[in-house]
Amino acid sequence: MTTAANTAFRPQAAAHADFDVYKVRADFPILARTIHGKPLVYLDNAATTQKPQAVIDTMVRYYTAENSNIHRGVHTLSEQATQSYEQARATVRQFLNAGDPREIIFVRGTTEGINLVAQTWGRANIGREDEIVISAMEHHSNIVPWQILCEQQGANLQVAPVNDAGELMLDEFEKLLGPKTKLVAMAHVSNALGTVNPVRKIVEAAHRVNARVLLDGAQAVPHMSVDVRAIDCDFYAFSGHKVYAPTGIGILYGKAELLEAMPPYQGGGDMISSVTFEKTLYNRLPHKFEAGTPHVSGTIGLGAALDYVNSTGIERIARHEKQVLAYGTRRLLEIPGLRLIGTAREKEGILSFVLEGIHPHDVGTILDQEGIAIRTGHHCAQPLMERFGVPATARASLALYNTMEEMDALANGLLKVREVFA
Amino acid sequence: MPDLRDLYQDIILEHSKRPRNYRTLEAANRKAEGFNPLCGDHFTIYLEVGDGQIRDISFQGSGCAISKASASMMTQAVKGKRTEEAEELFQKFHHVVTGKNGVESNDLGKLAAFAGVSEYPVRVKCATLAWHALRAALQGEQHAVSTE
Repeated sequence: MTTAANTAFRPQAAAHADFDVYKVRADFPILARTIHGKPLVYLDNAATTQKPQAVIDTMVRYYTAENSNIHRGVHTLSEQATQSYEQARATVRQFLNAGDPREIIFVRGTTEGINLVAQTWGRANIGREDEIVISAMEHHSNIVPWQILCEQQGANLQVAPVNDAGELMLDEFEKLLGPKTKLVAMAHVSNALGTVNPVRKIVEAAHRVNARVLLDGAQAVPHMSVDVRAIDCDFYAFSGHKVYAPTGIGILYGKAELLEAMPPYQGGGDMISSVTFEKTLYNRLPHKFEAGTPHVSGTIGLGAALDYVNSTGIERIARHEKQVLAYGTRRLLEIPGLRLIGTAREKEGILSFVLEGIHPHDVGTILDQEGIAIRTGHHCAQPLMERFGVPATARASLALYNTMEEMDALANGLLKVREVFA
Repeated sequence: MPDLRDLYQDIILEHSKRPRNYRTLEAANRKAEGFNPLCGDHFTIYLEVGDGQIRDISFQGSGCAISKASASMMTQAVKGKRTEEAEELFQKFHHVVTGKNGVESNDLGKLAAFAGVSEYPVRVKCATLAWHALRAALQGEQHAVSTE
């Protein structure tokens, strides 16, 4: 697949005795698939990650032997399911280093977590002429819920700019903060650029003006150790499916005192402590925010996924991904006419790029014929695409199972794209 | 396994690099935009229509090779045609790119080059984007048409 010249300077993937990427790959059955007769090279991990056998087995076991509704029955199955469900909450608490499992709310994903904060905390705390500050690199899910809220409350949305490397312009951001600022909502890691935002500094600056901070952690949690207490953010949301768990399950972390004071999100079963037609009393945290039968199997699957990440070691994962990113960056920069979009100094495993004269969509189709799955489009970040003057980019995004060889396959695929369009 | 060359035929690549009728139209009396929110492809179609005939047509915008070549070749194919003929051509074109039976691609002339698109279902929207905008322009719709 690769020439000697291409691979001469390729670092050895298995250089670290404590992280064997080939062994890791064996944990993910889908990676054995072929696409159009070629081995699958899955580089669309920022969209969703593949699932390890341990997660799949956990979900099968749940439906095979444990399936039951939770927090309701006195029967054994219900007790077991409830225990597994709450065990997953404990796992998440530990994973984020939150102080209390009551601060961990199960939601459908990052999007629902952000909408929950907008429609409960937001409606109770954001008033006319108040300001919400976001950044130019936000995913639509961290733009639109605030636009809706601003419209409802007569508040204003402020957007902190990014520089040409795709980094938040911290001084410009700080200029936007003032007595009207009630909330800062920002990505921990940009889904379209890979930029890691300086969240500690963002939180400090926001807290100085008594604004609350919500971080969109969807692209951070799979790649780095996240400690919500060290960051001191007020809310943190992430999606299970981007960290090797099933779709349809995600987390909203919130500081307990904020969650306690917030009105409920959806009404229904499980979120109440008593209901009469005259008055309903709401349940304690975290159940106040978990109306209806939740995604029990997904929640247990998320617990299994985080166990998997813990057993592999997030630091080891991060180190491996950084090596693959560095090598992939080098390989891509060899491609004539390729421009990387997003060259932040602090960056996670995302390679967003455009090829001169060739639309990302065509890049995606041709790479697919080579078995290489990437994302093409605006990555739900249209304002950011506008900032960089491109309608769309091609994006290769990494996970713990990606290899140096796959970066070679990507580079070779891109040379093929150029051939087709020569 | 579909061959890439079935999709990216020479004539398609050529039109994508050197699109024809790629300009605004001074005399335009109809105009419509086509937008694919999934990939950001965005074209504006300009028409000069008189007595039920497409007297002139042009387009501008940005998109992938398939959508741009399709827009370019569409303008060539419908220029001078009566509006109902253009509509009929769209129907045939749509059938061919979606791989429906019953339409011979040789009814389409050069547009038959897009038959390969039927092997790539996610690209059908690219091939038909300009056509949807054309139809909107002919029907006098002022808002942008969207593939979604």
